[in-house]
Amino acid sequence: MSDQSRNRILERIREGLPATPFPGSDFSVVEEKQWPLETRVKMLRERLESVNGQVHQCSRDGWVAELRNLLSGREVNSLLYAPGTEHGSELENSWPGNDAGLPSLLSTMEEEVDFRERVFDVDASLTGTIGGIAETGTLVLWPTTQEPRLMSLAPPVHIALLDAANIQNTFWETVNQSQWAADMPTNVLLISGPSKTADIEQHLSYGVHGPKELIVLIRE
Amino acid sequence: MTKADFRTSAARAVGDTQLRKNFRRAMDGLMEKRTAAFPDGDELERLRTLGESIRSRSLAKLPELLVQLEHTCRENGIQVHWAETAEDGNRIVLDILKQRNAKTLVKGKSMVSEEMELNHFLEAHGIEALESDLGEYIIQLAQEMPSHIVMPVIHRNTAQIAELMERKIEGVSYTENPDELCKIARKVLREKFYKADAGISGVNFAVAETGTLCLVENEGNGRMSTTAPRTHIAVMGIEKVVEHLQDVPPLLSLLTRSATGQHITTYFNMISSPRRPGEQDGPEEVHLVLLDNGRSRILADPELRPTLRCIRCGACMNHCPVYTRVGGHAYQAVIPGPIGKILTPQLRGLDERGDMPFGSTLCNACVEVCPVRIPIVDILLRLRAEANGPEQGSSVKGAGAKRDGKEAMAWKGWQAMHASGALYNGLSRLMAKTGNMMPGSVAPLKAWTATRTKPRFAARTLHQMTRKRGVPNE
Repeated sequence: MSDQSRNRILERIREGLPATPFPGSDFSVVEEKQWPLETRVKMLRERLESVNGQVHQCSRDGWVAELRNLLSGREVNSLLYAPGTEHGSELENSWPGNDAGLPSLLSTMEEEVDFRERVFDVDASLTGTIGGIAETGTLVLWPTTQEPRLMSLAPPVHIALLDAANIQNTFWETVNQSQWAADMPTNVLLISGPSKTADIEQHLSYGVHGPKELIVLIRE
Repeated sequence: MTKADFRTSAARAVGDTQLRKNFRRAMDGLMEKRTAAFPDGDELERLRTLGESIRSRSLAKLPELLVQLEHTCRENGIQVHWAETAEDGNRIVLDILKQRNAKTLVKGKSMVSEEMELNHFLEAHGIEALESDLGEYIIQLAQEMPSHIVMPVIHRNTAQIAELMERKIEGVSYTENPDELCKIARKVLREKFYKADAGISGVNFAVAETGTLCLVENEGNGRMSTTAPRTHIAVMGIEKVVEHLQDVPPLLSLLTRSATGQHITTYFNMISSPRRPGEQDGPEEVHLVLLDNGRSRILADPELRPTLRCIRCGACMNHCPVYTRVGGHAYQAVIPGPIGKILTPQLRGLDERGDMPFGSTLCNACVEVCPVRIPIVDILLRLRAEANGPEQGSSVKGAGAKRDGKEAMAWKGWQAMHASGALYNGLSRLMAKTGNMMPGSVAPLKAWTATRTKPRFAARTLHQMTRKRGVPNE
């Protein structure tokens, strides 16, 4: 049935549409949006904070200490992370035991544990990002085997690591410069703040389905 | 069911003061937010030019882009299905679900699935389709239609929602705290996401070049519906395809800023394939249903084709003086407001919804804000003419449905009168003498005077007065 439908639909469209060449589009209005790195970091931070994102800037090596500070004494009992990644190893190496008032680390790669069950159960997760977008205050994630898609969605708190050098000007620039079209991964996610809704009389509520908190650590 | 009639339902809606308050407040807020999101008028106009160009190009190349999309999706492992009608589309979805023995499913927000009335269809076949967008979830509880394409439950205030949730969800006590109401919904829906056999979503843009399905949302329910269950089914109108990946960012920017004044939504989800070997989540199967349902007919008419450029931002309704006063339900259509007034009659036919193009003041506010510059007013006028014109030779379904022999004759007379000086003079003099004697409360003047004051004819015609006074400097 579908094949016949397909041919009939295409036939109808072809009949109604004379084949006329159509000029390409002028992208200069998005292309010319460019800012120096320092401005990009500032823009991303301001935009993210304006939608209730929490942003912390730290040194390349100081992020674990920063994270320890942020989480100590909070009611976060478990932190899901991906061993085998660079940041996963860094985290493991300088994470004290549970008695320090910090969450215990849970791995995404434990064979005897069902990932789905775990990700719906943890209090927080830590993921990397492949970059950021200054204009919109956006994190770009390409989920992987170690850091699956639900990691940035199911836990109530999502912590993301972002290298300042990877903050680009616009989404358009990101798509073009990194030549995404040549090899798109299974799933690309743009994340700009914690989950929110304004469906109840335009009142802004956070964490309706996804994380209530988004914490971004910018490494400079 | 009685035939939908905008005139009657709009008259009823304007009398509902609570409804008017709810809409006035929401629309004022949305207009302000849009204005704030485009501080640079020059950038806005250039972006609109770009948006119009991208959408027009996509439509001009539609046959090849659809074939390309089918090809790239299949290469990526996404299964593609074609549906000529809503009924076909529903069948395709049902077959997929049946084959996988799926009984429960969660849905992300999708206007196309509303157009197909998919939920009703599945329910009739014993499958529960749960809306998971908070607004859609609430209207599903209330068994209502969305009243706005971006904010489906905007017609209800918090107290009305609180009362509904208390009544419909077991173990919930009354609260007017919106955060609490969200928490309740989160708890109910979490469980459903986790257990659902399949997820259904719409598509905001489908990229032919890469076989990528793009979804725009703030809540995360769309991501849940397309990630947690084993099977993901995406439904989209055939017009939603764009050519290149680089076409997406400008459209996304126009969409979110025009809709709610956001620079971007919380989530932008780009799906290019089902779960690959080794991956720990994501659906094992992804299906894409391409729906025509009357779109190819719209496409064939160059004057009507721009209707299909629409990216469903809702800015036209937010800025519409009619929509703001009557709300979305008065339209009795899946898509209300200005875009609904041109889209619905073309999809369903002027015989069914010929009333809609007449529910407009032609003020042009919608055209001024449309991010892809759809000439809504021109299309409204064309559809009015089609509704009153001859049926033969028209490309619009149901053309001539509102044709009234008497009215057509009256306009013929009007035309003849203005084409002949003698006739014009004679008739206008006659009207000056006898016009005020015509009773306003009976037909044919009644149609006019029902909502307006009958105008008074001057005692002398303009010609007579001019002749008497003379024209200075002639």
